[in-house]
Amino acid sequence: MTTDALTRSTPPAAGEAEPPPPRRRLWPGRNRDPRESFRVNWWLTALMCVLSLTVLIPLYFAIVTALKTPEELTGSGFGLPADPRWANFAEAWELTNFPRAALNSALITVGAVVLTLLTNSMVAYAISRNWHRRRFRILFFYFVSALFVPFPIIMLPVVKQTSLLFMDNQIGLIFLYTVYGLALNVFIYVGYLNSVPRELEEAAMTEGASIWTTFWRIIFPLLAPINATVGILTCLWAWNDFLLPLVVLSAPDAQTLPLVQYVFQGQFSTNYTLAFSSYLMALAPLVLVYLFAQRWVISGVMRGSVK
Amino acid sequence: MTRTSRTFYWMVVPAFVLFFVFHTIPVLQGVFYSFTDYAGYGDWSFVGFDNYANIFGDERIRDSYLFTFQFAILSTVLVNILALAIAVGLNAKIRFRTALRGIFFLPNVMSILVVGYIFNYLFSYSLPYLGAKLGSETFSTSILANEDLAWLAIVVFAVWNATAFAVILYLAGLQTIPTELYEAAAIDGAGAWRQFRRITFPLIAAFFTINMVLSLKNFLNVFDHIIPLTDGGPGTATESISLVIYRGGFQGGDFAYQTANAVLFFIVIVAFSLFQLRILMRREVRA
Repeated sequence: MTTDALTRSTPPAAGEAEPPPPRRRLWPGRNRDPRESFRVNWWLTALMCVLSLTVLIPLYFAIVTALKTPEELTGSGFGLPADPRWANFAEAWELTNFPRAALNSALITVGAVVLTLLTNSMVAYAISRNWHRRRFRILFFYFVSALFVPFPIIMLPVVKQTSLLFMDNQIGLIFLYTVYGLALNVFIYVGYLNSVPRELEEAAMTEGASIWTTFWRIIFPLLAPINATVGILTCLWAWNDFLLPLVVLSAPDAQTLPLVQYVFQGQFSTNYTLAFSSYLMALAPLVLVYLFAQRWVISGVMRGSVK
Repeated sequence: MTRTSRTFYWMVVPAFVLFFVFHTIPVLQGVFYSFTDYAGYGDWSFVGFDNYANIFGDERIRDSYLFTFQFAILSTVLVNILALAIAVGLNAKIRFRTALRGIFFLPNVMSILVVGYIFNYLFSYSLPYLGAKLGSETFSTSILANEDLAWLAIVVFAVWNATAFAVILYLAGLQTIPTELYEAAAIDGAGAWRQFRRITFPLIAAFFTINMVLSLKNFLNVFDHIIPLTDGGPGTATESISLVIYRGGFQGGDFAYQTANAVLFFIVIVAFSLFQLRILMRREVRA
């Protein structure tokens, strides 16, 4: 099975249980795991490190800028601040009403992830186990074909619809993410479910378990790896999405973290340092989670792409 | 054939209903309104194909299609070249592999809009500063304010952002290739480039196809990148199709007209994706 082969051949899964920092290893000659008994290509390592700077430099830049005073914003902007001004964060916190926006983002993201996992997996299960029925096959292609429908075509009608149904709020967004997620998630889940052997569930059903119980007790736990994949993708999407909350949310106090960054657009030239503190705070929650769960996140995303 | 248990229907019917209500009905509504003169409120009447006819004479829309395709094609090519190169590098015999992989994926974790504001500053202040130091006329002013170059700034940012995800897809592909193949090839005296051409690339052709189609589709929908960088400017030089639909539909009162534009856009995207799939799949078979 491809997924198994993948996790086994993924280098990090091999023998590094401890968290990422490779700082402790001062002797490159020492082999930490058998896979690395090859001769390390140091030129390539150096090249890749230099390339990775393209990712890190904008972040470094954001951090130093967030800690400066407006007077220090001269030159290229890459210099360190003379005296880090932490008060920027406090002021940006106030200005954007950070707790409010963060709570909205968190509520929407958690709600969308939980509801997506519970419902989308179930739909995919029903489709996968009734693949021999035309109705279910048609349903599958019906959902998946939505992947090709660009958002702008439904954008204008959806906005009218959500405000009509009193769904122009956080709860409405949770529903929309769950429903729109079906297109991709059913595709991912069905691909995985088709490779899950049926003996277990058949055994359960001969012992009198209903389809319902079988799904929740046996299949859902078996889906754990692919649930992780779907959960990660949904989380990244809901947390970082801009266009859907922009058009759907109507009340200002329902705004999510990306939306509140608009505050700085009016007074942009004067408030760069505050704006950057705010940007960092908006990025921080997910980046921090990612730092700790990096390996898990990446292997989850990879699993979704090999079917 | 056994009777399908009613439970299975209970599992899918609510999802089907919700999907129909929140996705299919809006699509149908969009198509319907595209034949009217609806402004988003008030009365409306049918106007036949007038909206569609007008689109073809609309310079702003034509420019947005030109910009979007120019942007999407260049970005797709760059992302795939870069991501493939980085993935091959990460898959090679290097140190710090896990940490580097983590760093390269980082942009995908961050909001495009928010990081876009950071890039906006880099393009408007830091780059001109460096440009002036190096004595370059073009780069001593903000390229975001330059009508001919602003779109390239968006390409740079979009590529920076999208490479993260593409690298992971390619890495997943590379790891399906058994290492024995390379060992055998090395014994036969095949160099690195030959190994890439003859083994790596053919074996990850499917991933190449997926990546090309996905990135092109995402780039054609570009919206989040443009808002923080240029907001469509200078003038309307970097207005994407999505941005024009959003602006005209919500702020300009052109609801029906812009839904017609969106329907056209939908047809173009489907046609383009199918065309691309056909070409890439044919190449895949030959390879």
